[in-house]
Amino acid sequence: MEKIIAGKSVTVNDEGFMTDFKQWDKEIGDALAKESNIEMTPRHWEVIDYLQTEFKNESPLSIRKIGKSGVVDIKEFYQLFPMAPLKTSSKIAGIPKPASCI
Amino acid sequence: MMANHLKHHLKKEDWSIVIIDEREEHHYQPGYLFLPFDMYTPDDIIKPIKEFIPKGVELITAKIDRIAPDENLVNMADGTTISYDILIIATGAKIAPEEVEGMKGAEWQKSVFDFYTFEGALALRNKLRDWEGGKLLVHITEMPIKCPVAPLEFTFLADSFFRHKEMRDKVEITFVTPLSGAFTKPKATETLEHLLVDKNIKIESDFAIEHVDNENKTIVDYGGRVLPFDLLVTVPTNKGDAIMERSGFGDDLNYVPTDKATLQSKVKPNIFVIGDASNIPASKAGSVAHFEAEILTTNILHFINGEPLNETFDGHANCFIETGNGKALLIDFNYTHEPVEGTFPFPGVGPLRLLKESRMNHMGKLAFRWVYWNMLLKGTHIPFVSAEMKEAGKQYE
Repeated sequence: MEKIIAGKSVTVNDEGFMTDFKQWDKEIGDALAKESNIEMTPRHWEVIDYLQTEFKNESPLSIRKIGKSGVVDIKEFYQLFPMAPLKTSSKIAGIPKPASCI
Repeated sequence: MMANHLKHHLKKEDWSIVIIDEREEHHYQPGYLFLPFDMYTPDDIIKPIKEFIPKGVELITAKIDRIAPDENLVNMADGTTISYDILIIATGAKIAPEEVEGMKGAEWQKSVFDFYTFEGALALRNKLRDWEGGKLLVHITEMPIKCPVAPLEFTFLADSFFRHKEMRDKVEITFVTPLSGAFTKPKATETLEHLLVDKNIKIESDFAIEHVDNENKTIVDYGGRVLPFDLLVTVPTNKGDAIMERSGFGDDLNYVPTDKATLQSKVKPNIFVIGDASNIPASKAGSVAHFEAEILTTNILHFINGEPLNETFDGHANCFIETGNGKALLIDFNYTHEPVEGTFPFPGVGPLRLLKESRMNHMGKLAFRWVYWNMLLKGTHIPFVSAEMKEAGKQYE
């Protein structure tokens, strides 16, 4: 479905995850973060940047992998994106919900 | 299973089939679920491997140190080597409680238990026989795990077990999961969460455990959530075999990188992977290995003949879910289709109902032990159940 985020029309699924990464930009990321009550800081963006790089490399993401990435440890990941950090950060990054759960 | 399949297709003069296994016993792992509740005995679960090795197939009972893919060699722990033309890796997945701080601490097998090993399930049985009640947490550490429905089944069976012992009011059951809901697929989650509510079982979702506090008997997650327990039944992190790490080709959980449609490894073309040992995004369930076996057999024959491989494995899984009180659900799904309601295996007829509790499904689950020992291990095709999932008889929107 179509949704207006930061004044732009983007396609999202029923859970609010963007379905076309090409439509993403930083303003959209910011607006999506606000929806999750997160105020973005440079640290947040470093994590988002890492997630997007991994997504472009078609490398599946998991909490464990992020903990070992050297970008952020799991504790800080939870502080930055409380409750369900992988889901929340993926949503902000404009990438699909991680399919690490089968 | 693969030896049984391939034996029929490969000429004795041209091929020798060797199975290397470090154990002498084969365990019916789905049986671990029933052991803690005294529904199965150890005899139901364990049989000597020898009984299942087909004629003409050699069994070597010894430990492997590492695989050397460039030399087509398996290096054994005792220093000998075995060469191969084709290697099938079927080393499965096992629990790694040491991955979480404090899990294998002072309370391990006192008030902290797993039921994914024979020893764990047996210790838990002995504990449950005279446990007087309190807070029971059924907990999943992280995904993926073998048989993702097993923790839920354990929860339902525990509810039923304590009811029969007339002590359900003394036990508070909470299902603790790193997922956002009861299961990984939305439709099944809806049904299963409904069952949890009906059975007065609480759910704590999005819980990513950081450590087990043995002193205070609590589990703590990265977000700072603290859950107290009197009895913690946990599914620790699951990992592939450490052989992959020693051989230098496992992923971060020691699973073998594998093509999800052909089951050929990405390590080398003459290495194939079946079951939980692979990193394919299918459920780590026995039914998956069974369906894989048919496609893998075809692909190994194609490989031998220098033909292109079939890219047909669809991630098909078929699982009974015990829901307690002699009832069960049945789910049937694959990479692209989540479990939904319907009938199985005959569209519109059944006799099994998908995603609905019934006694018939429970009978199916119990009968499955016989099917496993007598048909699956021997590679016998199960009538009416195909490797590729059927969409007929299912209610997709």
